Amino acid sequence: MSVKIFNDNNFNNEVLNEKGKILVDFYADWCGPCKMMSPIIDEIAEEIENITVGKVNVDENPEIASKYGIMSIPTIIIFENGMPQKKFIGLTSKSEIESELK
Amino acid sequence: MYDVVIIGAGPAGISASLYAKRANLNVLVIYNGKSNLEMTEKIDNYYGFKDGIDGKELYINGIEQAKNLGVEIKKDEVFGIQNLGNTFEIRTEKEKIETKTLIIATGNKNIRPNIKGIAEFEGKGISYCAICDGFFFKNKDIAVIGNGKYALNEAKELSHIVKNITILTNGLKAPLTEFKTNDKKIKEIKGEQTVREIEFEDGEKIEVDGIFVAIGQAGAGNFAKTLGIMQSGDYINVNDKMETNIKGIYACGNATGGLLQICKAVFEGAMAGLSAVDYIRNFDKEN
Repeated sequence: MSVKIFNDNNFNNEVLNEKGKILVDFYADWCGPCKMMSPIIDEIAEEIENITVGKVNVDENPEIASKYGIMSIPTIIIFENGMPQKKFIGLTSKSEIESELK
Repeated sequence: MYDVVIIGAGPAGISASLYAKRANLNVLVIYNGKSNLEMTEKIDNYYGFKDGIDGKELYINGIEQAKNLGVEIKKDEVFGIQNLGNTFEIRTEKEKIETKTLIIATGNKNIRPNIKGIAEFEGKGISYCAICDGFFFKNKDIAVIGNGKYALNEAKELSHIVKNITILTNGLKAPLTEFKTNDKKIKEIKGEQTVREIEFEDGEKIEVDGIFVAIGQAGAGNFAKTLGIMQSGDYINVNDKMETNIKGIYACGNATGGLLQICKAVFEGAMAGLSAVDYIRNFDKEN
């Protein structure tokens, strides 16, 4: 599946009210490590079934970033049934993220 | 524009420079401060020296060898590196330098000071990257831990965003600066969900919203964090060609961990240099 774009407007509907696991990558265009995180997120979206993967641009969506206490990017949060279950702060390897998704 | 810029002039960095220069590339080595090798009194386990050799002598010989081959060597402090897409910009104390490839041979330095609460609040108010995380501290009160030029440079970057900056030297001598400084030893960093307070050993407390750590000089760990180079613990991950996860960036020597020996640094430096040569030949064909 392709990577979805979440924002302040659709976050409630598409993440919090959804069942199952959703991986959200909080990033910004000016952040070097976020650029290196991005292809890993794309691969996870492509390879792992039964999971929704999306991104939040923290520059454009400060409300969600602040609600989930994002103070360093990239940060990845895995939501399950609308609740944050796991947070990865900083550039994280694919295998580390995958082990949380299985 | 350089073909190869190498940060560090120890056995890994110099060895990389020799191989890159012999392939006729435009090579620069930037170094500053003390190398581990320079501080080693006597080396008894390196090939070819029947009575051993003084660490400082071997270190200086390496730099002279590179100079004799025509490698450009500059003494300067690197503050940061930016990925421009297919080239890199290195910001030093004196200038900005653009290069097609970068070899990190800085050795390994612990970027995390030994202060209670540091690890607990990483990503929760404690950051190692002003450029990445400064944005989250708009109009807030922050502290920068460090006392060198690197700390002052990070403070300067942050001064455009945050409200107040205090430089905390954690017991070291305070630098001359327009920023507020505090040279007391830090006892603990406290908070709840995020950082709130710094307590000093004399019992004084100050409130902060965030802390940026920039102790000593910027090294491999700092460059990895700001560029997004994959690490395992404090070491940079490389494959057998010394390639990192960023195309055009290589790491070698103590920065990659493993056996912390000259022979390993020399081998990895050679490999990194040769890999950069390969990369440049394709780069020049494609661009």
